[in-house]
This record gives sequence, structure tokens and C-alpha cells, in this order.
Amino acid sequence: MAANNRPLSPHLQVYRLPLTGLMSIAHRITGVLLSLGLILFVYVLYAIAAGEDVYNALQVFMSFWLCKLVYWGFVYALFFHVCHGLRHLLWDVGKTFARETLDRYALVELMASAVLALITFYLL
Amino acid sequence: MGCKAILEKVGDVFTVKSPVGHWRYQRLTAVALAPLTILILVMLHKALHAPYAEMVSWLSEPFTALGIIAWVVAVLYHAALGVQVVLEDYVANINFRHQSIIATNLLFLALGIAAMASIIIILLLR
Repeated sequence: MAANNRPLSPHLQVYRLPLTGLMSIAHRITGVLLSLGLILFVYVLYAIAAGEDVYNALQVFMSFWLCKLVYWGFVYALFFHVCHGLRHLLWDVGKTFARETLDRYALVELMASAVLALITFYLL
Repeated sequence: MGCKAILEKVGDVFTVKSPVGHWRYQRLTAVALAPLTILILVMLHKALHAPYAEMVSWLSEPFTALGIIAWVVAVLYHAALGVQVVLEDYVANINFRHQSIIATNLLFLALGIAAMASIIIILLLR
């Protein structure tokens, strides 16, 4: 019966992820979504290279509300990914591992990414 | 060299074999990318609102062009490394995993070529 007593890995379906776990998976999801967004980014460069007509058409297309939503989603995802990425770099140099500070740092990241996105929204 | 051999070679070039190398390049590109975020946001904002002539002259400034080129190279490499990790974690079938990593690497390579070609054309438009 030894085989049945082995420890189980957390069942994601019944296990509520802590904030740090949610941040971790969100980092991955935003990374994949931003990678998809790179296709659109390269299309923007292409449109500029292709000439004024293509460029103007892109601007008209991007003024559609759904496109604006995707655009601001990209901007927020970018800020989130950069903020949590900087956190990873801090971890890489061996800092900010203290257990009791983990949730606080996660909240700081969330606030920072939201504030940066809002600043961008109002400045640009 | 057959098509399969070429694909495997491309895959070998862009699939970092050493796990430490993968880790190191992921971090190096991250450090390069973080400050360039501002430049990219300015570029995207201009692309959505600025008239064509202003966009082209802004992109043709040496500092801007270099920054955009650096960001594109670093971000495509960073994304390729990141997507590779995701595929390694979630694609159970070894063959399919390997092929999907090669496919995404080729996609990022094609995006890089398209981006570089576009930037060169923009610089010539000046």
C-alpha cells in the first residue's frame, strides 16, 4: 500500500491558489499574450514601412473600440509583466524572499502596474 | 541537406541547450527590455495618433531607431525563450513538444526578419 500513501501534488481544481501563485500564473499568461501581441507590433512597423495609405488605414482600424480595448490590454499586460519580471530579477539576486513579505510585495506589484498603466493612459 | 535536417539545425540554433544559458539569456534580455518599455509605449502611441510624416521622422532619429531595433531583437529572443518554457511544461508528447518549439522559433525568426526589413525601409524613406 506504500504507493497509495505517496504525497499528492496540489489539485488545482480544489486548491485555491495563494496571491503569489496567481501572480506567477498571470506572469506566464501575460507573457504568452504579449508574445501574440508581438505579431501586431510587427504589423505596426510593417504599416509604417508600407506607406501613408496603409498607415492611415491602420489608424482608422485602431480607433475601433474593440481594437482600443486590445491595445490597452496589451499595455496593462506589459506593465504587469515588467513589474513581476523586476520582482523575478530581485529574487534572482537573492532578495525579498522573506515569507511574511511575499503578499505585500505582490500587492505592490499590482498597484505599481495599475498606477503605471493609468499614468500612461493620462499622459499619452 | 534535406528539409528535415535544415529544420533540426534551425531548431538547434534557437533552442538553447544549456539550462543555465537559457536562464541567463532570459534575464539579460529582461534587463535590456525593462527600460526600453517607455520607448515602445511612445512609439505605439505615436503610431495610433501621429501623422505619417511625424512618425517616419521620429523613427528615423538614430537614438529611436537603435532603441527600437534593440527592443525588437531582445523581445523576440525573450519571447522565444519564454514560450519554449511554457511548451516544455504543458506539451506532454516529446516529439510534438520539440516540433512546436521549432515552429515557434521559426515564427519569431520570421517576425524578426519582417521587423528588421520594415525598419530598414523606414530609414530609407527618410
